[in-house]
Amino acid sequence: MITYPFQYKRADSVADAVAMLGEGGKALSGGHSLIPSMKLRLNAPDTLVDVGRIAELKTITVDGNDLVIGAGATHGQIASSSVVKQHVPMFAEGAAHIGDPSVRNRGTIGGSLAHADPSADWPAMVLAADATIVVQGANGSRSIAASDFFTGLFSTALEDDELITAIRVSSQADAKMTYQKFAQPASRYALVGCAVVKSADGSVRVAFSGVSDTPFRDSAAESQLNGGASSANAASGQSIMSDHFATEEYRRHLANVYLKRALAAVA
Amino acid sequence: MSNKFIGQSIKRVEDKRFITGKGRYTDDIKLPGMLHAHFVRSPYAHARVVSIDTAEALAIPGVVAVYTGDDVAAINGVPCGWQVNFRNGETMREPKHPMLIATGDTAKHAGDPVAVVIAETKEIAIDAAEAVLVEWDELPAIASPADALKDGAPLVHSQFPDNKAFDWSFGNPVEEVDAAIEASAHVTTLEFVNQRVVPNAMEPRAYIGHYDAVADKYTLYTSTQNPHLIRLLMCAFVLGIPEHRVRVVGPDVGGGFGSKIYHYTEEALVTWASKQLELPVKWTSDRSEAFLLDAHGRDHVTKAEMGFDADGNIMGLRIKTIANMGAYLSTFAPAVPTYLHGTLLQGLYTTPKINIDMTCVFTHTVAVDAYRGAGRPEATYLLERIIELAAHEMGKDPAQLRFQNFIPPFDGVTQPGYQTQVALQYDSGNYAPVLQKGLDLLGYDDFRQAQKQAANSNKLLGVGFSTYVEACGIAPSAVVGALGARAGLYESAQVRVQPTGKVSVFTGSHSHGQGHETTFVQVVADKLGIAMEDVELVHGDSDTVAFGMGTYGSRSLAVGGSAIMKSIDKVLEKGAKIAAHKLECAEGDLEYGEGKWTVKGTDKSIGFGDVALTAYVPHVYPAGLEPGLDFSSFYDPANFTYPFGCHIAVVEVDKETGKVDLKRMIAVDDVGNIINPMIVEGQIHGGLAQGIGQALFEGTIYDENAQLTNGSYMDYVMPRADDLPMFETANQITPCPHNPLGVKGAGEAGAIGSTPAVVNAVLDALWSGGHNDVKDILMPLTSERVWRAMNN
Amino acid sequence: MQINLTVNGKARASEVEDRTLLVYYLREQLGLTGAHVACDTSSCGACTVHVDGVAVKSCTLLAAQADGCQVTTIEGLASGNDLHPLQQGFKECHGLQCGFCTPGMIMTAADLLNTNPHPSETEIRVALEGNICRCTGYHNIVKAIQWAAEHQAVPA
Repeated sequence: MITYPFQYKRADSVADAVAMLGEGGKALSGGHSLIPSMKLRLNAPDTLVDVGRIAELKTITVDGNDLVIGAGATHGQIASSSVVKQHVPMFAEGAAHIGDPSVRNRGTIGGSLAHADPSADWPAMVLAADATIVVQGANGSRSIAASDFFTGLFSTALEDDELITAIRVSSQADAKMTYQKFAQPASRYALVGCAVVKSADGSVRVAFSGVSDTPFRDSAAESQLNGGASSANAASGQSIMSDHFATEEYRRHLANVYLKRALAAVA
Repeated sequence: MSNKFIGQSIKRVEDKRFITGKGRYTDDIKLPGMLHAHFVRSPYAHARVVSIDTAEALAIPGVVAVYTGDDVAAINGVPCGWQVNFRNGETMREPKHPMLIATGDTAKHAGDPVAVVIAETKEIAIDAAEAVLVEWDELPAIASPADALKDGAPLVHSQFPDNKAFDWSFGNPVEEVDAAIEASAHVTTLEFVNQRVVPNAMEPRAYIGHYDAVADKYTLYTSTQNPHLIRLLMCAFVLGIPEHRVRVVGPDVGGGFGSKIYHYTEEALVTWASKQLELPVKWTSDRSEAFLLDAHGRDHVTKAEMGFDADGNIMGLRIKTIANMGAYLSTFAPAVPTYLHGTLLQGLYTTPKINIDMTCVFTHTVAVDAYRGAGRPEATYLLERIIELAAHEMGKDPAQLRFQNFIPPFDGVTQPGYQTQVALQYDSGNYAPVLQKGLDLLGYDDFRQAQKQAANSNKLLGVGFSTYVEACGIAPSAVVGALGARAGLYESAQVRVQPTGKVSVFTGSHSHGQGHETTFVQVVADKLGIAMEDVELVHGDSDTVAFGMGTYGSRSLAVGGSAIMKSIDKVLEKGAKIAAHKLECAEGDLEYGEGKWTVKGTDKSIGFGDVALTAYVPHVYPAGLEPGLDFSSFYDPANFTYPFGCHIAVVEVDKETGKVDLKRMIAVDDVGNIINPMIVEGQIHGGLAQGIGQALFEGTIYDENAQLTNGSYMDYVMPRADDLPMFETANQITPCPHNPLGVKGAGEAGAIGSTPAVVNAVLDALWSGGHNDVKDILMPLTSERVWRAMNN
Repeated sequence: MQINLTVNGKARASEVEDRTLLVYYLREQLGLTGAHVACDTSSCGACTVHVDGVAVKSCTLLAAQADGCQVTTIEGLASGNDLHPLQQGFKECHGLQCGFCTPGMIMTAADLLNTNPHPSETEIRVALEGNICRCTGYHNIVKAIQWAAEHQAVPA
């Protein structure tokens, strides 16, 4: 039950949505991050702008060498998309393990990224895939590199009046990639989520969800690995989260185990 | 009795409404003009109410009333139903558990209510509750039972200066046990915590109070396991309203597991408020409230020592436990760590000397009371953990050590029951075959081979055993009365034969998932030799069922079913008189079967329906016999019943992460005679999941301010479908010798045996990997705890 | 606001508050109380219904978001008096005890069988990740879904 009143508006187009967001309010896509937080009053926007009906946000297409996933594509849609499986298979593999089937039927990649839960699965995947987040605001469109997008706990480079419209990522059909998750046993969010992409030239990108309060590209591990090492220390120099499912020490240990397992999967 | 239905896996009669969405739970009920209540609760575990200002809330449109402690000062607190005195004879300390904490008084756990807002909608009530301004003076608080006894610990009730509710000793004199342990060749010592868990019935508690001013009658719809008990407690002890003017209905109830036995303050408050407002008032808990307010289970801190002679025979068992009662004494709370726990410490073993020293304490947490198994899981956990550890320490096989110490078989008929050192006399038992059957199902020798091979891989394999005996069929009134119960725990039943021979059975048991509408009808139909369709079971409404003690303690069939059997006997006895009159023979010449009375050795007979009709249209009728065919009975059991069994878990432990994967769960249970194998198996399954849940997943986490930090499904780990394997179950049948159906009860066995089996399996896996010094891992066995045990 | 939708084949035009969640609209306004509320964190699945043919948690969707949609609840799953194979399966295999989680379990399982008519035991267990049952230990729920998979008329 949502115990406080708010106004619901429905946008028919991206332009419409951006105009509505300009008047204040929060975008509602699948609602699977936002509505639960409103039920618990952790979030209390006075206006919701429903972008869930905007057809142009739901498409998954190939544009030149890029895979372009509409921000409104659901996790389930991505998990079963043959185009995604072909170009960035890790996205399909990872999406299939987000939440449960009902969550995957409604929850969207754009909504998840905008919510920026540090333990969500998408952050590690878009970071390791070196994706770009395409956003639209009153002043037009801009692209934000995934590595610049996550700015802190539940915070992003997205302005209040901006809407994520797409996730653009270059085709990596010739790369090996994996997303490996050690799930928090209750919420099934990532206690540690490790995404690794190994390009055809052997270079490696590593990113983590769940480990730090900001999802991150593990540049220290990457430089060890790209410098020829066969293994690496995960999350060096990162501040590590601690909770009753995993203390800092254990989480760091799990990050190392999952990096090792992910590297083995792309070997 | 023909056995056409008994022993058959008859599909459940009640299913149709549930699978079509037509179940009728309390929150589904909507009454005209119904108002909605929401409580203003303490955000602190311990805080004094300095002031309460309700003006702003009252001004919100749609708010009908806001009541505070001053308004309900005349209402008594909710009572405790069991008295256990201190070992020095001092009376148990029983603090008042008020409806609402009044200004100047202190809230004693997070969620303790200070005010209730009643409004036209639930949303308005919740909104207005936020507008009730309460000034709090926060005080230091404790959650752990061990902390409660420390010097200088914050007091839960200032009048009780040591936080003790009572202390208690049981069993053989402690000097004798000390001597037995002193004389032992080997003593195994185990210190452990049986952690606090949250029952989490899927239906949150819900109540509707409805006072009808015209009829001067109250109706309470309540998600309860025992409507009559609620009526008795609420009328006689809390509100002081006349019982005959109160109807309590327990409609479909979505699981209980103990948490819906107790009389809760919200139940009485909506009833009282509906009288003030002369409109129905509903309160439905949300899950967050359920975590805070539903009585929790377990919460023991224990040190146990078991002594063995040089051959491995158990010589003695000495136990010291602190049990958490929470802030108030809930309905059955004092009985759980004492008479449902201390009395079970014989287990299946011939242990000659046993003593338990128990201290029950108050803390700033919600009350702890019976949760599936109630005391018996704690006793079983203790016994089965320590014997497994002892086998490891002595280099003996854990199964063999059990075989060696089992009580020999006794059927309770030709052989007497087994007199334990802890008061109870077991009715019948035959323990070795259930363990042997479990070992056979496991393939024990092959398993040990596989385990050796696994020790060199990334995953360790482990097997854990647990054999248990428990006490069900709660309870013989004289026995429990002597032990402090403030009520008898018999059951009532009425069998009303309608003029056409259709039968309505009224039981004081309450079904909230157990399938009584099927199993009880199977029994009645067989006993009367009629079709199941011709029998209806009525339960859960105090206006239709004369009286009842409800459903808990695996008692419904053993006690409620026996009451039904008594009424059926009366029906058949009177029916025979009518039949003899109609058939012009002596009663003694008749035999009953297949739904008719037959004159022995002839084909002369009269059907059940004809006799029923005659009883109601008594034109041709025995002189002096009353018309009608409708009998009530009360059944008070002669003893508890004692189911037993063997649970075996097989786990895989990830060496790198510590993650435990439950691979197999084997349960061989002996619950006496079985009416419906499908339903019994289902009860075992559900219990297993809850017992496994305690071992691997569940447990409250309180912070230093006694705040529950994992009070939602995002943080409290409920067992999910992908956490569990298919269960492997089997039965042995040793009938109960003292009730007419020979049944023992199956509702809690799964939860009683499984927990130590799983923990033992994880320890066995670690031992197989060379971590021989690990004696205990705190439950739940999270990945991190197991990892730490391997890397300490 | 005004919403127009189809619930169990019946067109409905209703006035709802903007904040009304679909589950409360179904329960309080339409009297369809088969979908239950058993948590407040979108975790338990007791409220699962189908919107435009797929399973959703009706506690995590505004009624307004279902405007124009086809909603099917447990009450609309059977065809007249003919129970859906899953409903039959739950009865045949004792897949329910207290019945509170059952509507959500069945609706989730129906979505599974729509996309995967012959799931393995593991696939069934994984698909039930978002539905909590406290009574059955899931064993008989898994068997009920397997039963339904074997007895469904023609895979959709």
